[in-house]
Amino acid sequence: MTTDPLLVVDGLRVHLPVGGESRRVLDDVSFSIGAGEALALVGESGSGKSMTARAIARILPPGAVVTGSIRFDGTDVAALSRSALRAWRSDVAVVFQDARAHTNPVRSIGDFMTEALVTNAGVPAKQARERAVRLLDDVGIADGERRLRQYPHELSGGLLQRVMIATALLTEPKLLLADEPTTALDVTTQADVVGILDELRRERNMALLFITHDLELAGAMCDRTAVMYAGQLVEERSSSVLHDDPLHPYSAGLVAARPRIDAVAARLAAIPGRPRSAYEAPPGCAFTDRCVHAEPDCELTRPSLAMLDGGLVRCHRAQELRGRLSSLEVGP
Amino acid sequence: MTDAAVAAPNPTESAGAVDRSFALPGLRGTGSVGHVSAIVIAVAVLLGVVGPWITPHAPNDVDLSRAYLAASGDHYLGFDSQGRDLLSRLLAGARTTMLGPSVVVLLGMTFGTVLAVASAWRGGRFDTIVSAVLNALFAFPAIVLAILVSVIIQPGLPAATIALSIAYTPYIARVLRSAALRERSRDYIAALEVQGLGAVRICVRHLVRNLVPLIVAQATILFGYAMVDLAAISFIGLGVQPPQADWGVMVGTGQSGVLQGYPLESLASALCIIVVVVAVNLLGERLTDRANEANR
Repeated sequence: MTTDPLLVVDGLRVHLPVGGESRRVLDDVSFSIGAGEALALVGESGSGKSMTARAIARILPPGAVVTGSIRFDGTDVAALSRSALRAWRSDVAVVFQDARAHTNPVRSIGDFMTEALVTNAGVPAKQARERAVRLLDDVGIADGERRLRQYPHELSGGLLQRVMIATALLTEPKLLLADEPTTALDVTTQADVVGILDELRRERNMALLFITHDLELAGAMCDRTAVMYAGQLVEERSSSVLHDDPLHPYSAGLVAARPRIDAVAARLAAIPGRPRSAYEAPPGCAFTDRCVHAEPDCELTRPSLAMLDGGLVRCHRAQELRGRLSSLEVGP
Repeated sequence: MTDAAVAAPNPTESAGAVDRSFALPGLRGTGSVGHVSAIVIAVAVLLGVVGPWITPHAPNDVDLSRAYLAASGDHYLGFDSQGRDLLSRLLAGARTTMLGPSVVVLLGMTFGTVLAVASAWRGGRFDTIVSAVLNALFAFPAIVLAILVSVIIQPGLPAATIALSIAYTPYIARVLRSAALRERSRDYIAALEVQGLGAVRICVRHLVRNLVPLIVAQATILFGYAMVDLAAISFIGLGVQPPQADWGVMVGTGQSGVLQGYPLESLASALCIIVVVVAVNLLGERLTDRANEANR
């Protein structure tokens, strides 16, 4: 990053009230995304990927307690007033995983796409619809006019997800938060949707936070990849090297657990144990109880995110394990 | 599977294939009971509108010499204790009897919906306070509240409708609040928020729109309760004031006739109330079932 980053997340912590007690879901998450840059956020379910996006978009569930700072274009997102927040929302758009659940079933596609444009940006309805049709064309939906009159239930999942992407792009945002935009789609549709998303992003020089649990996809879409575990960022590296040369034992485990097209395996490697949520993570390094390289010292103190070989890693033994984390020797 | 090839089946076609029985658009899934009830209600509403204009005789024309005379010639139901034409009074009374509950439903549903949606949306302390106030209101029976309001402003239909609207608000608000909470946590609301739409806009255009089936069902059931309660309030003399014709008033004024062996006035007006209320309740029940099923 040479320019001033567009989005700077620093020491983000989120607590959510669950059944009367406050549970930590994010712990000291820090990263930044420059204008036009793409960062992938990968990790298992419950690792806090979506919560990070929700915290940035300010759509956390009621009662959430947020500390740390989220700065967008130099302004503190948490401090935005109600009206400033609404204006800000035209700069940041979100594409959700489940497009069907994220559309109101009783309102038409046209209504869904243009409502914000008409009410917030003051664009005349006719013009807004024209823009919507153009964008639908951009995402590969030719008969936009007809689609605008249809309702969500009349569209397939892939089509609806493209509508979501088009809608997100309507306000010409500077940052796009894509929360597993293809997980709910079948494989061929996935490829289409990802292709469209990637192309449009590059055309418009939009910054992207791409949440996925698909490492390959993360590498293809994004310059850098950040790995999350138990509500923490455990590693952040250039996508191209993360695959072959992970810094953190957890990343190494993820890489090893992928099926490979060029090798025959009797069993896929797996990381022992089950994923931890932030609130149940051990007090020292969050990964100790599942890490094959853990030593007694790892349980004592929480490691901090440290620079190593051009990446960031949160591991006490990262330095010693350098070069020993090749994907083959992971697992007991 | 290609995206473009996926077209939703025409809703009217599929409905015809699954369910061959005749169904009016708004009443699909309510069965024959729902349809018969709807027809009864439609007739009652129609009478409420045109009733006072189609009375065969003047409803307030007193002639004591005709008191309690039985049906004859063009007086199809005979006369009441004051010698007024009974059928004419029933027809004339349809209007106030239907109008009162309508106003109660309109006001009560408005208060209830606004409170429910606002407290579901805001949550936190606002929700706690609203819930506490509503719980306190639960303690006031509708009739007691009506007596109270009648004392403050003079007894009559306005006082009774205002009192009932207030008394019913907590019942409506409680049901709608839980539905609004469920709707609030749906993903599409977050998607709208993230687009920068205002809270009021999201609530009115999207959230409440999705509560409409439940609101309609609630309103229907409420109409029945309001009708019975208003009739009761009129019966004890705090609602519609005589000589204005009203079914509830007529049950009351017919009381003396019951003791003297001429029960027709009380019976006829009470029967009218019962028929409408039963129809309204049956339809309301069907609509509630349908709304709950759709929500599952």
